[in-house]
Formats: sequence, structure tokens, C-alpha cells
Amino acid sequence: MFVIETQHLQKQFGNKLAVADLTLTVNSGEVFGFLGPNGAGKSTSIKMLLGLVKPSAGNCWVLGLPPGNVQARRKIGFLPEHFRFHDWLTGREFLHFHGRLYGMSGQALKQRIETLLARVALLEAGDRKLQQYSKGMLQRIGLAMALLNHPQIVFLDEPTSGLDPLGRLLVRDIITEIRNEGTTVFLNSHLLSEIEVTCNRVVFLKRGNVVREINLKDNEIHINELELKLGPVDDSILQGLAQFGSNAHRDGDLIRMNIQDEASLPQLARWLVGQGCEIYRLAAHHPSLEQLFVETMTEENKLTIDG
Amino acid sequence: MINGSFAALKMMFTIAHLTFHEALRKRVLLAAIVLGALFLIVFGVGIYFINDAVIQQELRSAPSAIRAQSNRLAYNFLAMAGLYTVNFLLVMMATLLPVDTLSGEISSGSIQSLVVKPVRRSQIVLGKWLGFAFIMLIYASCMIGGIVGLVAIMTSYDLPNIHIALPIMLLETLLLLTLSIAGGTRFTTLTNGVFVFGMFGLAFIGGWVEQVGGLLGNQAAQNIGVITSLIMPSEALWRLAAHYMQPDGISALNITPFSSTIVPSPNMLLWAIGYTLITLLLAIRHFSQRDL
Repeated sequence: MFVIETQHLQKQFGNKLAVADLTLTVNSGEVFGFLGPNGAGKSTSIKMLLGLVKPSAGNCWVLGLPPGNVQARRKIGFLPEHFRFHDWLTGREFLHFHGRLYGMSGQALKQRIETLLARVALLEAGDRKLQQYSKGMLQRIGLAMALLNHPQIVFLDEPTSGLDPLGRLLVRDIITEIRNEGTTVFLNSHLLSEIEVTCNRVVFLKRGNVVREINLKDNEIHINELELKLGPVDDSILQGLAQFGSNAHRDGDLIRMNIQDEASLPQLARWLVGQGCEIYRLAAHHPSLEQLFVETMTEENKLTIDG
Repeated sequence: MINGSFAALKMMFTIAHLTFHEALRKRVLLAAIVLGALFLIVFGVGIYFINDAVIQQELRSAPSAIRAQSNRLAYNFLAMAGLYTVNFLLVMMATLLPVDTLSGEISSGSIQSLVVKPVRRSQIVLGKWLGFAFIMLIYASCMIGGIVGLVAIMTSYDLPNIHIALPIMLLETLLLLTLSIAGGTRFTTLTNGVFVFGMFGLAFIGGWVEQVGGLLGNQAAQNIGVITSLIMPSEALWRLAAHYMQPDGISALNITPFSSTIVPSPNMLLWAIGYTLITLLLAIRHFSQRDL
């Protein structure tokens, strides 16, 4: 069962089309990256999934129920992008209030609050008012709020934007931890390196359309670039390399080419030795998510310009 | 079913509890409490000296029924002046205290973390309304009770029909509070404040036009007053309460600024109750349907 499913979701604000046609599915237990440039419609899409904004057209379901359904909301956690909380509350009061809104109470709530405060490294700051918290601390208390109810799915909208490297590491660990517990994570972030480390699958969004989907954990980024430093070789070697991949070409004293997967490397090395080549370096590189993102967005721009 | 209703009530009271604590931390409430206390002190001191002068006069002259009656009128006038000021204070408080409770949270985005919880939007509106209503009813009762109590303690004069007038003044407070909360579901904080005070101003001037029309026997002017009272019943409620709190006949004689040549119909009470309920329902409806 999909925990999130959208079909041709659209949102129009007056004359402005914020989300054009969003169709996607999110599987149970995966960490799903939702990427796109500013104005791509990411936050509006999340708001539609949470029932904060009504779609102009299309359908969506979260945990099999329409967005905004009270039963579904019991199992959802959410950290908003522009987190503004009731800052006159202390950290503990804040979590207590939100816990009560989830119907939690008594010792169970108290224990959950202490566990989460410890998890987000705010145990000692728990009795300080939120107005005295730094941006990073607010983000961490917001993350604790999003996890109060042991959610089945948690929406994190830019969860690391205000955090220092240690804070980011902490959030990354928490995401890994809750994913291991079976929680689905819907992650919107501009930090592509974070997404690359934590997500199973990502989609690139542009003008409210999914323009690319990549499965990160199943090595779906299978176009590797191979860099070779060999002794002097003639063009027949370049032609022969075509059986292992594509686009073999000289780049100074190097040879570069694309290969489908790393499994072919031992065979390629044996072939080169068999051809009498001297191998000084043989290195395969994955393109980073950032490269793919830039490439996808640039391609789209090109298409737009050409079109 | 019963469990569901209980859970819904619990949610509402959780929001009301938060609203109550939020309001207590607002400077506007603190300012209103300090100013209210100062006002009662000044009023009490004034009553004390006026009453002292009355007693001195009585000691110097023979007791007479006319003097006793004129003293009662003076005490009534003082009490009404105090309540008239309290009425303005309540109008301001009922408008300003909740003016940003929804509009402010919508514009800052803090409402998002509430709305995604398993709580209905109607429960958020009702919870906030309950929290502010609780505060305002306590505040209004203390201020009105303070004026009436000070007059009674210092002069032994009991304002007539306070048991009728007090609920009417409380209803006026709730009406303005509800309008301010409802405005917050549609307007920004500033626009909302302007809107509610504008509505109060409309009712206020309409009430005076009606009174002057009554004095001059001008029906058109009286009709303007009735229409504005239907659009915004706050002034009519005050005039009805003021009518009850003045001795029989004084109101009709129109010898004080608080007298009414035309007393609003008691049906206005029903209209004001309906107005408040409809406004609250419209607030719930709009907040439930809008994008956040």
C-alpha cells in the first residue's frame, strides 16, 4: 500500500499556477526526497497533502485517507518550513501542549517528552522559553514535536536549514533511526548532500510537475563515469572500450567514458591488460545528486528556451 | 459517540487553556488590568469625597425627601458615568485582545502546527473563543462589579436592575469579541482591528442619530438608528442596559447623557444573541474552508 498517493494534483492561487500536475506515490517505510528549485511548488504540495491547502484539481490520499482527515492526522508528524511556535512556552510546555493535541496525557506523555528532548539534545534547555532558543534549537524542538505521536509518516520541510553541521548530523541520525523503526519520511530539503545520504528515492519537481525520479538505494544512478590513466594507447583501444560502455574519449592524458555499472570493471581491466596496456589509474565516479539536479533543471530550461 | 464528544471537548479545552495562558502573557491584558485597577481606585476616591460632601451637607441642613432623591440621582449619575467608561474599556479589550489570535497565527504560520494535529478547525476557533470569553467575562464582571460595589459600599446606593443590566453588558462584550475573532479568519490583524472598531463606531453614531431623531420626532433619523443597530447591536445593548440601571422615569426624561429617548426593544437581545451565534458559525465556516 502507498502511504501517499497523488493523482494530477493541481493548485492555482488566482492566476498563479503553483502546482501544475503532481502525480506521485510514496511507499511505506521509505525516506522520500522531494526536491526542486524555489517556487517549484514543494511547500504547496506538502500543504495539500496535509490538508492545509485545498487542491484546485486532482486527488490525493495520505495513509489511504483524504488529506486533512482527523484519523489520518493522528498518525502524521509535521515540521513546517517556517517554524513559528508559541514562543512564550518553555520547551517542555510546548511539547506537552502538542502531545495533548494528539490525545496523549499523563506519565506516557511525560516520558515521551523526556525521551525526545534527550534525542534532540535539548534536555537541559527544556525549561527555557522558546523565545530564548536559537534557530537551530527551535528546529530541533520542532522535530521533537513532529515525532511526539510515533508517527507512521512524518513530513519534514527543510529540517536542517537552520542547523550547524553537528545539528545536521543529529537530524540525519534521527531520520535513519525512525526509518529503521518503519516510519515513512517525506523530506523536502535544499541540501542535496543530505538528501543523497538519507533518502531511498527522490523526485525532482519543477513548476509543480515531477520531471525526474531517481531510486538512490537501488543504485539507479547507474551511469558511472570511468576515469582511466593508461600508458600510450592508440584509437583501437578507444574503439575496443565501447564494448564496456559509451562515450569513450581522450581528456588530456586521461581517457573518460560512461559505464552502466561497476560490475564490468574487472573484465574491463583484464581486457586492457590483455591488450598490453599499462594501467596507472582506473576510477569510477557516481554523478552526485547535485550534478543530476543541475543537469535535469538545465535540460528543462533548455527545452523551455528551445520550445 | 460519547467518547468522541468527550475527546472533542477535551481538544477544545486544550486550545482554550493555551489561549487563556497566551492572553495572560499579552501586554494588552496587563495594561487593561493595571488601567482598570487605577480607574477603580480613582473612581472610588472620587465617590468617597463626593459622598463626604453630601454627608456634610446633610448634617448642616434638615433632612428632606427632595434632597434624598437628588442625592440618589447624583449617585446614579456617577455610577452610570463609571459604567459608561467601563463600557468603552470593555469594547476596546474585547476587540484588541483576540484581534490577532487567528490572523496573527495565520500570517506567522504557527497555526500550521496546530491544524495538522487531530483537531478539527472548528475546535480551534471554539477553543480560542472559549479562552478569550472566559477572560473577558471575568474582566467585565470585575470592572462592572467594581463600579457597582464601590457605589454601594460608599454611598449605600444600589444601582437598580443590575442583575438584568450585567448580562446585557456581558453579551455586548461577547458580541464584540466574537466579531473580532471572526474578522481574524478573513482579515489581517490591522484590517481586523479597523473593521471591528469601524463597526462599533457605526453603531455608536447610529445610536446617537436615533436619540436625536427621537428628541426631534424625526422618523428617518430613528430608522437610521434601528438599521445600524441591526447591522451592529453593540450600542443598542449598552443603551438597553443603561435604561435598566436608571431609576424609573429618569431615562424617559432624558436628563442625563445615559438616558434614552427611544429605548431599544428587548427583542434586540434576541437579535444580539443570534448575531453573536451566527458570527461565530461564520467564523468557523470560513476558517474551516480557507487555505492556510
